[in-house]
Amino acid sequence: MSGESAWGAADLGVRHGATMFLDGVTLPAPAGQVTGVVGGDGSGKTTLARCLAGALAPDSGEVRRPPKARAGYLPASSGIYPDLTVTENLDFRATGYGMSRQAARERAAEYLDRAGLAPAAGRLAGQLSGGMRRKLAVIAAMLHRPELLILDEPTTGVDPVSRSGLWWLIARAAAEGCAIVLATSYLDEAERCASVLVLDAGVPLATGTPQEIVAAMPGAMYEVPARPDGDLAARTWRRGGRWRIWDPEAGPGAGPDSQRLLPDLADAVTVAALRRELAGAPS
Amino acid sequence: MTGPQPGSGAGALAEAIAATRRFGHFTAVRGVSLRVGPGEIVGLLGANGAGKTTLIRMLLGLIGTSSGHVALFGEPPSRAVRTRLGYVPQGLGLYDDLTGAENMSFTDAAFRTHSPALPGQLRPRELVGSLPLGLQRRVAFAQALAHRPELLILDEPTSGVDPLGRARLWETIGEAAAQGTGVLVTTHYMEEAGECDRLVIMADGSVVAEGTAREIIGSRLAVVVESAAWAEAFSAMESAGLGVALAGRGLRVPGADPAAVRRVLDEAGLSATVREAPATLEERFFELVSQGAAVEAGAGGSR
Repeated sequence: MSGESAWGAADLGVRHGATMFLDGVTLPAPAGQVTGVVGGDGSGKTTLARCLAGALAPDSGEVRRPPKARAGYLPASSGIYPDLTVTENLDFRATGYGMSRQAARERAAEYLDRAGLAPAAGRLAGQLSGGMRRKLAVIAAMLHRPELLILDEPTTGVDPVSRSGLWWLIARAAAEGCAIVLATSYLDEAERCASVLVLDAGVPLATGTPQEIVAAMPGAMYEVPARPDGDLAARTWRRGGRWRIWDPEAGPGAGPDSQRLLPDLADAVTVAALRRELAGAPS
Repeated sequence: MTGPQPGSGAGALAEAIAATRRFGHFTAVRGVSLRVGPGEIVGLLGANGAGKTTLIRMLLGLIGTSSGHVALFGEPPSRAVRTRLGYVPQGLGLYDDLTGAENMSFTDAAFRTHSPALPGQLRPRELVGSLPLGLQRRVAFAQALAHRPELLILDEPTSGVDPLGRARLWETIGEAAAQGTGVLVTTHYMEEAGECDRLVIMADGSVVAEGTAREIIGSRLAVVVESAAWAEAFSAMESAGLGVALAGRGLRVPGADPAAVRRVLDEAGLSATVREAPATLEERFFELVSQGAAVEAGAGGSR
């Protein structure tokens, strides 16, 4: 990764008592690209986001981030004041960032317009729909053009129309050179990121570009119409109403080619989780 | 056993026929017809405010219709017929201060059933509120399925779940469907839509598309742009008014003319590869809901 703008985390460890919330997690966050952190509830996404944002000090490892005034952080919940209007929220945030009112207003107007929030500018933030609130919170986090923007599940529970507006904001920030770290539990969203870190129970499960993660999947994958029994069941999962089987031994040309499928990111991540499960890791 | 009742679509577990619901001057659901049959998994998609929740509340009999007709198991929705369905809301609907086993016996009392004990891996002796969210979700599913409902209604069933966990939950849903349970799923996520036999897309209170994901996408295409100077390409297309979206290390412009995209890039002096690829369900969805009003006016959705 490029050395000059290397925000990110190296070999992070976060523990609470005997439980490791993060263990050996490294995440470079290059400028001008979206780096995805993918995992379900309890995977460590939020812990990593909080470390990057400076909200939590790790027990080991190193975090490189710009000073607070040049970073933006969207926590998993809220990030806005429900009793202020949309405009007041952004004015308040701009003051906190030390921006001129004029510059802040101009930028806010453009973002609000493009995110479809302009008609709601005078409404109380607490009265907005979930998707609109999330867009407002992302605008508030990127208003000062941060060098590093940490977004913890910006699109969870957000409808597809609002999600499209959110992704416009994210693309805009990246196009302006911002390094973006985006936590999500959805793999179709991870596929929109330039590179991805998959976390499971605080441990890295896979890392690289979506293409690299797919290419690194060992063995091969088959699709069958009915769920197989016996030993195969542990290497089988449901996808698109059919069943996929992972064969760890298969090399090129092995097995019935008619059923062989090229994996995508979701398959590769599922196989990584299966391998961990088969190896007897606690779930 | 209760078979289908006369006077309704044979065998429909849940059915709406030209159902409309108005609140004052606002029409939340407009002439919607929808049917869930035994063993069928139907996905209901729509933006916020599209009318999905109002439609489900009508189907459940929690609110009435302004015109049209809804039926559960061929009868008007009522408390009695509601006992034949299972419902998992987005908030899961469990009692945090009870254990999994206690939640289960509570449901048993309500439905007068005798459920099998929760399996040990769901930690039935622990307070639900102290379990990880993934386990809470599985307890909620076990509870909704315990009384062997004929119809299952799920609201964003796998929100916040990792991919393997999501596949496992869909196995549970698929097993129930294979045994004849009809499933109605509302979701914002196209990955879940891919698990459904059939999709119904709503916008502004109306159904704007229906069918399998493949049928709904049809022959729609998106222009895919790959360029080392993606940020400049993004800004150029953006200024030209193209609806451009970020995708990995490239950009996508759904429904655009590749020649027009090429022209914009050439004018900006940017070298890039430009090709067409099939649209994604999400792109097609966005197109459908943005032109919802046009479809309603009879302009039609296909080209």
